[in-house]
Amino acid sequence: MFERLLGFDTDLFDRFAQMQRELDELFGRALPTAAIRGVPAGTFPAVNLGETDNDVRVYVFAPGIDPEKLDVTMEGNVLAIEGERQESVPDNATVYRNERFQGRFRRVLALPEAVDEEQVNATYKDGVLQVVVGKKAEAQPRKIEVKAD
Amino acid sequence: MADSKELTERQETAPEARAGTAPTQVVLVPAVDVLEDPDGLTVVADMPGVSADRLDLRVEKDQLVIEGDLAVDVPAEMEPLYAEVRGSHYRRAFSLSQELDTDAIGAEMKDGVLRVRIPKKEAHRPRKIQVQVG
Repeated sequence: MFERLLGFDTDLFDRFAQMQRELDELFGRALPTAAIRGVPAGTFPAVNLGETDNDVRVYVFAPGIDPEKLDVTMEGNVLAIEGERQESVPDNATVYRNERFQGRFRRVLALPEAVDEEQVNATYKDGVLQVVVGKKAEAQPRKIEVKAD
Repeated sequence: MADSKELTERQETAPEARAGTAPTQVVLVPAVDVLEDPDGLTVVADMPGVSADRLDLRVEKDQLVIEGDLAVDVPAEMEPLYAEVRGSHYRRAFSLSQELDTDAIGAEMKDGVLRVRIPKKEAHRPRKIQVQVG
């Protein structure tokens, strides 16, 4: 089942990532051109995006969050995901590593224009939020029937 | 009291070094918190997409090894548009130290967060020493 997500592992993405890294090294953080809502690597939560003929799927890797505290909103083709992760450290504990994200987060993504903001479905499982946004009927491929003459 | 800092040593394992793995496979390194209290250590690891049955947590020699496979529901015909997570295997390891009771390690996996509790051996827990008034 998941082997397919390895589609995200394709050479194409590797080449993009490599190009991105080289540009990062060349220009530091200030790239000549970046997506307006682009975020630096390592920003919480990480997001993957894919599409099928009928919908656009967003995978938000946000572990350890109460689904009640996740806010998903759509405005036109712009999807916003907001939430909070708060954990308290016991008073008598020594902290050696604190790499995990804490606090409020908000990520905003522009989806392809063809999405229908009325058809949004969100599910949370094993710390991954999956948002499925349907495409407008006119944007979906139509099968054209060939009539016999 | 913090005499077990070795646990926090991060093992940088090159993806190529993993047996049976194609050199191109990306290994995801989970973000972790490591805490110590008088009775033991707690390791908390973010592993989104890993369910309890896809988690492989083990003590190997003197190492605590955390591995897991990410699985999300993806339709077969889906085309990737953009990806920040480009792998499906998580791995991270920590070397343990003598005073930890590796037979008593406990773990819990919930919403993609792994919590591992490593108690100290009884003899290494702090004891309050009574001062007698003579």
